[in-house]
Amino acid sequence: MSSTSSQSAVYARIRKNPRFAELVSKRQGFASLLSVVVLTIFYGFFMVVAFNPKLIGQRLSEGSYVTVGIAAELFMFIFFWVLTAVYVKRANGEFDEITSEIVRDAAKEVK
Amino acid sequence: MLARLNLALLGLLAPALAFAGDAISATEKQPLNLHAIGMFVLFVSMTLGITYWAAGRTKSASDFYTAGGGITGFQNGLAIAGDYMSAATLLGLTAMVYAKGVDGYIYMIAFFAGWPIILFLMAERLRNLGKFTFADITSYRLNQNKVRTMAAVSSLTVVCFYLVAQMVGAGQLIKLLFGLDYTIALFVVGALMMVYVTFGGMVATTWVQIIKACMLLAGGTLVMILAMSQFGFSFETLMSKAISVHSLGEKILFPGSLLPDPVTALSLGLGLMFGTAGLPHILMRFFTVTNAKEARKSVLYASGFVAYFFNVILLMGLAAIIIVGQNPDFFEGGNIAGKIIGGGNMVAMHLAKAVGGNLLLGFLSAVAFATILAVVSGLALAGAASISHDIYARVIRKGKATETEELRVSKLSSVGLGIVAIVLGIAFEKMNVAFMVALAFGIAASANFPVLILSMYWKGLTTRGAVAGGYLGLVAAVLFVLFSKSVWVTVLGNAQALFPYDQPALFSMPLAFLVTIVVSLLDNSDEAKAERALFDDQYVRAQTGFGAAEASAH
Repeated sequence: MSSTSSQSAVYARIRKNPRFAELVSKRQGFASLLSVVVLTIFYGFFMVVAFNPKLIGQRLSEGSYVTVGIAAELFMFIFFWVLTAVYVKRANGEFDEITSEIVRDAAKEVK
Repeated sequence: MLARLNLALLGLLAPALAFAGDAISATEKQPLNLHAIGMFVLFVSMTLGITYWAAGRTKSASDFYTAGGGITGFQNGLAIAGDYMSAATLLGLTAMVYAKGVDGYIYMIAFFAGWPIILFLMAERLRNLGKFTFADITSYRLNQNKVRTMAAVSSLTVVCFYLVAQMVGAGQLIKLLFGLDYTIALFVVGALMMVYVTFGGMVATTWVQIIKACMLLAGGTLVMILAMSQFGFSFETLMSKAISVHSLGEKILFPGSLLPDPVTALSLGLGLMFGTAGLPHILMRFFTVTNAKEARKSVLYASGFVAYFFNVILLMGLAAIIIVGQNPDFFEGGNIAGKIIGGGNMVAMHLAKAVGGNLLLGFLSAVAFATILAVVSGLALAGAASISHDIYARVIRKGKATETEELRVSKLSSVGLGIVAIVLGIAFEKMNVAFMVALAFGIAASANFPVLILSMYWKGLTTRGAVAGGYLGLVAAVLFVLFSKSVWVTVLGNAQALFPYDQPALFSMPLAFLVTIVVSLLDNSDEAKAERALFDDQYVRAQTGFGAAEASAH
């Protein structure tokens, strides 16, 4: 397993394993989805800052000092962090189980 | 050996303390702050003790660069937070909220939003492919010489600008907080940094960052709670009072002068988000953990701490508008319409004094000093790794250097970087160095990030493309900042800026991506074909971690 060629053989086996394709598409899909959510909200917010700054300072309700901007930013701080927690939970659980299964199988078959 | 060094260091501090006495009369300098110095000495002795312990455990190159890969996700999360939140975060962002209101909060969300993206797109691949530096990843299947040299050049550029900005800030701050002379302050910071990094490597650097992160979180929280207690812990009360006394009034609720136009706002958002994902000292932290699992956890903890602390800073800044802004004691000549004593960056410190007296001021000053030390140590280590691991061991010696030789070079490089930092810090004393941080983030986003992300995700990337795009991103970011108002007008004294925006990322980053991709696509050389063929194995390793650098047993 230390030499490059046997490592390459393991890599080739892993690639042939249908579970590998499943892992990649599941994890990649999940990570991409979360990234798109974060990027859309973040740049959406920056677009508002850039092109409609008046909206940022608008108060949520009469007499309240919580503005659209402050509420949106607090929401982003909390929501983005919750998304990282969701990703870590799924990646360290479900995805890592598939990964270790794939690696175990491939290493076993290549002697 | 180390005991002697400890003594030498105390020797270095002692004259510094003595010197400060006759220099108190100088302008701007504050009287000697004994609480601060006491707490700082406590911090220094604790970290030197840890360095001594770490030195015994730093034997191999892997120990030196990555603490043997044995740091846990929680420890690394704290260390990343400690590495990422510099004195500029604590002092600069508090001052920004104090002066401009929610503009500061907008900055903070941009500083934060890069973290989830790093987690989703990069964390596990970084850990699975990298060993000591991020150039391990970009050069994984490309030409070692060319790509490593390029990565080392841009890393060192980022490290140097960031380091100088920190050093100049450190000198000014220590002069104000501790009453020490600027030059002496720089020597103290530089010397401590060299000791931590040279003797304790990544183990000591990590623990300095962890301790500092805990101090920062505790100190900030305490100040925030004491300040909020004056407003009955009500955000509404705080806000209404802040608006009623602030000279901008209702305008503190709106984006203002910091984000004067759409291009600046978007460029800032882009630069801060992707700059974070290209900072060499931050990327290096991902190689210190055991595996991809711990790498992911690091981001979870780090981003949690960062997000929490930014919100603490918002409250501190708003509370300071009332508590500091209305107290004549904190203004020159007691005139609250005039200048704040010590300049805008002192707002957080004045707030600590107002709500917790000299003891809390002393503690927060020690936190600020510790913060500087932790950040410069991380930077120096990342710079030293670029020199010794990338340039010396891989490019010059073609991988034939022994571990002992490589370690010796890395220690010499840390000392060298310490000296460079002190010298440049002295040279730039009178200069406004704010642009240097923008530049560091701009280069990281334009030179490091595009090549790094493409090397992990795109099979088509070739050496020619990476080198062309990387260097172009570096040059473009430097030129855009050079021709911007903050350097061309403010520093160089020209009448008109040649480039209208202070933030380069919106232009330089897409340019780097475009050139990297186009040159790679046009590259039909045999090397390019071989490089593309190697992607498949790299891809499996990136996804599964099979063949990744393992933690060394301790």
